[in-house]
Amino acid sequence: MANLGLFFAVLGAALSAGLAGCGSAIGVGVAGRSASGVVTQEPSMFSKVLILQLLPGTQGIYGLLIAFITLANIGMLGGGAEQISLLSGLMYFAACLPMALGGLISGIAQGRCSVAAIGLVAKRPDQFGKAMIFPAMVETYAILALLISILSIFGIPAGI
Amino acid sequence: MSKVRMKRIFICGPKTQRKSILELLQRTGMVEINSGDIQDEGLKTMDVNAERSGFMRAAKQAEQAINILEEYAPDKDKGLLSSFEGASDMGMASYNEQIGHVKEYLETASRIISINKQILEDKAAIPKCETNLETLSAWTNLDIPLNYSGTAKSRVFIGSIGEEATLEQLYTKLYEAFEGEETPDIDIEFISGSKTITAFMVVCHRDDADKVESGLKKIDFVKAPSSTLVPTEEIQSIKQKIADYQADITKCGEEIAVYASERNNLKFAADYYTMRSDKYEVLSSIPQSVSTFFISGFTPAKTAEGLTKKLEALDAVVEISDPLPDDDIPCELHNGFLTDPMETVVDAYSYPNISEIDPSSIIACFYYIMFGMMLSDAGYGLLLVLGCGFVLMKVKNLQPGMKKMMKLMFFSGISTTFWGFMFGSFFGDAVNVIATTFFNRPDIALNPIWFNPQAEPMRLLVVAFMIGIVHLFTGLTIKLYELIKNGQVKDAICDVVFWYMFIGGAIVYLLTMDMITGMLSLNIHLSAAVASAAKWVTILGALGVVLTGGRENKNWGVRIASGLYSAYGCTSWLSDILSYSRLLALGLATGVIAQVFNKMGSMVCGAVPLPIGIILFLAIFVVGHVLNLSINVLGAYVHTNRLQFVEFFGKFYDGGGKKFQPFTENTKYYSVKEDV
Repeated sequence: MANLGLFFAVLGAALSAGLAGCGSAIGVGVAGRSASGVVTQEPSMFSKVLILQLLPGTQGIYGLLIAFITLANIGMLGGGAEQISLLSGLMYFAACLPMALGGLISGIAQGRCSVAAIGLVAKRPDQFGKAMIFPAMVETYAILALLISILSIFGIPAGI
Repeated sequence: MSKVRMKRIFICGPKTQRKSILELLQRTGMVEINSGDIQDEGLKTMDVNAERSGFMRAAKQAEQAINILEEYAPDKDKGLLSSFEGASDMGMASYNEQIGHVKEYLETASRIISINKQILEDKAAIPKCETNLETLSAWTNLDIPLNYSGTAKSRVFIGSIGEEATLEQLYTKLYEAFEGEETPDIDIEFISGSKTITAFMVVCHRDDADKVESGLKKIDFVKAPSSTLVPTEEIQSIKQKIADYQADITKCGEEIAVYASERNNLKFAADYYTMRSDKYEVLSSIPQSVSTFFISGFTPAKTAEGLTKKLEALDAVVEISDPLPDDDIPCELHNGFLTDPMETVVDAYSYPNISEIDPSSIIACFYYIMFGMMLSDAGYGLLLVLGCGFVLMKVKNLQPGMKKMMKLMFFSGISTTFWGFMFGSFFGDAVNVIATTFFNRPDIALNPIWFNPQAEPMRLLVVAFMIGIVHLFTGLTIKLYELIKNGQVKDAICDVVFWYMFIGGAIVYLLTMDMITGMLSLNIHLSAAVASAAKWVTILGALGVVLTGGRENKNWGVRIASGLYSAYGCTSWLSDILSYSRLLALGLATGVIAQVFNKMGSMVCGAVPLPIGIILFLAIFVVGHVLNLSINVLGAYVHTNRLQFVEFFGKFYDGGGKKFQPFTENTKYYSVKEDV
């Protein structure tokens, strides 16, 4: 049980990359389906709907980012994981949670929003600028989750 | 710097000059035509739909011919950057010269289209021949024509059944089919067989022909395809046919390629007919009397006089007047070198309405700073500057919208480079990683000029909030300016000044609290006097908001209640300011993801021998950073827009203005502009 701290830290990183990645995968997936539908009718819309499809993809990247800095902090990257205490491991776990949950839910919600935005652009291609803003609204909450996760991880004191 | 001042224009011209006046208006592109308000008994509009659709068809035909030509004779001068290009100015003289030939150009277009039709027909015929070849392949062993029916005494049936069978099985099958009847004398010759088909020939006496035929029917005999030739010859002739079709396709392709020199003429024809169709659209909307026609609309004040002179030279009567108060004046923006890219941002939201100012120049400064902070990598910034700079230099006639976008990215790239050096990020920590991995010098690194956000994230968070507060207060100041300009001094005090006191005072007061400064790790100590002053300013501001927020209500009870509700709006200020934390989050995201790729590269590089390691490192480096750059440029663009649209515009800007859409040349390749 000596390495339980390490386990929790890795669990946090895994959830952060995994759950946020799931959110993005679902979001980008549903958006991609409706993007394909638009492109069958109007191939010239490809680049516009592609951008809208990509918008829910950022959660996965933020999740990866949190997982990466967690792993880097506990020394899992570059070999030789440090011994960290159970308390410190649990703190890493808790710090990863906002990104994991926020990424999962906001990725799905943003994907749905992107679907609607793709529908908007299909009907009114000139309104692309506005269509892009609606999904970006949802992303705010992923960014806030990312912020808290980053600040928490950076703030975990060494050697407790 | 601002909105272009618009004038009303009213034109009355003789019908004899209608064509030249409309063409002048189209070439100058300075008048938005809106003749709906001219109504009179004697005026009628023309029905020109038939002509218009004729022109549209012609334009489409020319466009189709251009596409076909592109397939068979690709334009070699066309560079990678040509997709950014807009219409190029061709000049009046060559325009007039080309007009005389436009009918010929259209004939060329229809010739190209008909040759292409021939190619399409040929292409469709080939698969049909190939199916025939396949069916014939079962009969290659036969040395008589497939439709051979026998001699004077004998009858021959050539055909197949759809299953595998040996010669014996065929005899058995056929004999079984004659069941109960006298079996005629038959001779079966096996021709070929496979899993799905057995081809054979049955010979019998002419007298037995009917009986044999009905027997064959029972075993699902299918007659061979009819042909007067021996199968091998037939196959030969079909193969020849296919070869002929292919030769014809090549020949037609070459024929089309001959027209490559006509490409520019076709482009001219496409544009010419588009212009005419647009002109006829306008024509159908303008009221006309027996010998005159009337146009009314809006035109920019600056060029109104020049346009009047030109129109008067064409015997028109022109009247320029100030717009009426309830006119729906279209809005055009005019901005300087640094600020005109912002027009795309304003356009994406909404154009300013009649009483609002053009926000482009105000958002420009914030826009570049915020975009730079969100991307904040010197390497990425330089790539943006070089890429966009290259396109701006190389492509002379960029599409106007594309040009603004390129400039937007160019200036944002400069800002990104600046912030990258401030925060010590050049392709993430590439300098340090490369020095460590390849030169074993972990001491070399690009040091930040200001500070490293990853080491001191709270410091950057405070910077982000401060930029946010300045941004929001600037928005409020614009509202103040607009209210005072419109003479609403009372509203200015109630809706702006009290809020300044409320929010500004609260921020200063918070900064005097040790808890807040400690949390934000700020090293400022404000005296107790400042604290109490800030406290009283805040209270006064809050009181002002509560007392005046609902001033449109007469009843004091309702008034206070709705005032309290508007004071509750301070929570939206809190969330607005917190929203600027994305400056930190996105900036960190770029840097950390860049580091992830650098780290991956160096780990892979360390695991294999050096020469392969360098190649792998470079591959990971290029792919990773291109991915990171594209995702983060998209993110920075979207979120900078969001901060402008939601937080900033929310303070003072409604939009809803109508964009100025003049009658002009909507052409793709050429334009004939005339300056006023």
